[in-house]
Amino acid sequence: MIKKEMVVIGGGPSGLSAAIEAAKRGVRVLLVDENLHAGGQLFKQIHKFFGSKDHQAGIRGFDIAIELLKKAREYNVEVWLNSPVVGLFKGKKIAIKKLMKNDTEKIVIIQAKKIVIATGTSENAVRFKGWTLPGVMGAGAAQTMINIHRVLPGKKILMIGSGNVGLIVSYQLLQAGADVIAVIEALQKIGGYGVHASKISRAGVPIYISHTILEAKGQEVVEEAIICEIDNRWRPIRGKEKTLKVDTIAIAAGLKPLIELAMICDCKCSFIPHLGGWIPIHNENMESTQPGIYLAGDITGTEEANTALEEGRLAGTAIAEALGYISTEKAKQIKNEIWIRLNELRLGPYGQERMTGKNNLLLSYNKINTL
Amino acid sequence: MKTNNLRIYNHPILNKLKIKGWVKIKVDGKIIKAKKGEMIIAALMANDIKINRFTIKKNKPRGLFCAIGQCTDCVMVVNGRPNVRTCITPVENGMVIEKQHGVGRVDRK
Amino acid sequence: MALEKKGYLTKKELIGSSGYPSEERFNRGPVAVIECSEAIPCNPCEAACKQKAIKIGKPIINIPVLDEDLCIGCGLCISRCPGLAIFVVNKTYSDKEGLISFPYEYWPLPVTDSIVKAVDRKGKVVCSGRVIKVFNNKKFDLTSIITIAVTKSKLDEVRGIKRIKTCT
Repeated sequence: MIKKEMVVIGGGPSGLSAAIEAAKRGVRVLLVDENLHAGGQLFKQIHKFFGSKDHQAGIRGFDIAIELLKKAREYNVEVWLNSPVVGLFKGKKIAIKKLMKNDTEKIVIIQAKKIVIATGTSENAVRFKGWTLPGVMGAGAAQTMINIHRVLPGKKILMIGSGNVGLIVSYQLLQAGADVIAVIEALQKIGGYGVHASKISRAGVPIYISHTILEAKGQEVVEEAIICEIDNRWRPIRGKEKTLKVDTIAIAAGLKPLIELAMICDCKCSFIPHLGGWIPIHNENMESTQPGIYLAGDITGTEEANTALEEGRLAGTAIAEALGYISTEKAKQIKNEIWIRLNELRLGPYGQERMTGKNNLLLSYNKINTL
Repeated sequence: MKTNNLRIYNHPILNKLKIKGWVKIKVDGKIIKAKKGEMIIAALMANDIKINRFTIKKNKPRGLFCAIGQCTDCVMVVNGRPNVRTCITPVENGMVIEKQHGVGRVDRK
Repeated sequence: MALEKKGYLTKKELIGSSGYPSEERFNRGPVAVIECSEAIPCNPCEAACKQKAIKIGKPIINIPVLDEDLCIGCGLCISRCPGLAIFVVNKTYSDKEGLISFPYEYWPLPVTDSIVKAVDRKGKVVCSGRVIKVFNNKKFDLTSIITIAVTKSKLDEVRGIKRIKTCT
């Protein structure tokens, strides 16, 4: 059995951040990721991030990914790619299906002192008649096809959902050369930032609020979509149906944390709809209800890359402190600064519900701890 | 040269698409060109092939859904092996890819 | 508000807002127009302006305020805004025409001196425009800035051009 000081599960922005922050202080870190490349969803983000200079504002997602990978190499973070974690056992033992040098696979068991679960989220599905037809896919899938694989999934797209993912991916589809025929939103107002909506409005993309999709039609692939206006009780209004000629229907209906690993090692969870569903509870150090197991990034609530980076730093700092690589005083100072930046990112009408959700998580942790 | 307009050669933000080479793969008997090292699904999509498999009971078509290896909607029979997730499997020269029917049980004839 | 129902701001909502210059300032020369109306944590525009004409301060969710007297209309802020919400308008270009500079992130870029279709905030073609300048510099981090000349009466509406080539 291999012994490692700190194992980070997931090489997206939060995982890389946690690894770098701890490795900077001298912690020996192993980062594992099931994919062929690290970086999580960052390489797909070809748009500029918001925030302040501290938050990497104005920088494109893929540039942040490149920078993180560079730093991880610089601080000697050990990285295993193509290595999914298949088990997480009592006593912080991790089972990893590792791709060996001779192209065979082997289950490797690692005994870790500290673990960070940074597995992110997965896309929600919206079910409607015909949703199984080829051509119906997640918005993230469309984004992967155009920005990573450089292939258009289709030429005429209907986007379901007007949150930031729906709006941004619509914009990126336009940049890739496709036509976004419409964006539909079930709620009575556009979910994402006004400036994102304005960008696609300027490109002539109509956004229909209070609309749902009734059906995707086609012989064997999507050929058209029937959308319909809904009333304030979510019922389609007869006579308000519209048929759109599309070959792709992208679903941007929210993301939910991938919490399987947190659950199988008994981390307590709380159901917080505004953060995406079942969320593993954590404290201000990003430690879960299982001592020594930390969480960071979207697994602790669907937010943004900025918050993922900061939460990763928090977890990394807390672990470096717990392992004795930095003093409590120094750690306190760093953590306070991170919390100030995190709170800043959760200000305003778009951050309010996330702020409340996050505060509830911290309260839940305290409640459980005092029991 | 036929210009495949589903491949995004030029992009305002991403670098111009660099093709390191082409390979030939066989999809349901037809030979198509694929970019060296790309995922099978990308080669299929670039050639407007959107159906990956048919379901076991009602023989309904299925295609790409998540693109990151989580949902298995894109599985096909690759070099005789069923249930291969085409969205995370790279192409290889001479690869034989077939639409999967059901769970891809090998016919014992 | 049109923004949350339709996805675009109307001229009525913009006039008098903190990022929108007065008509008097428009008639003095090129000036920035900041069409950003929501409290989002974001402030790269403030740091971008060398004249210190854009103020956000703390907390960073404050809506940017344009000091139209300090602003010289240089356009440095255009590419810095992640929301692509800043433009530079020049109503003093000539008797009949004015200039609008806007961020553009599509391929292909238009060619200088070509005629393009100028669109409003809804994407509707409102007039034609003549491309005066296409600025594509690595420093602007791949956000190109296009300046087009349009008939003066449309200057308050035009905020972009129709995409030149699509796959369909």
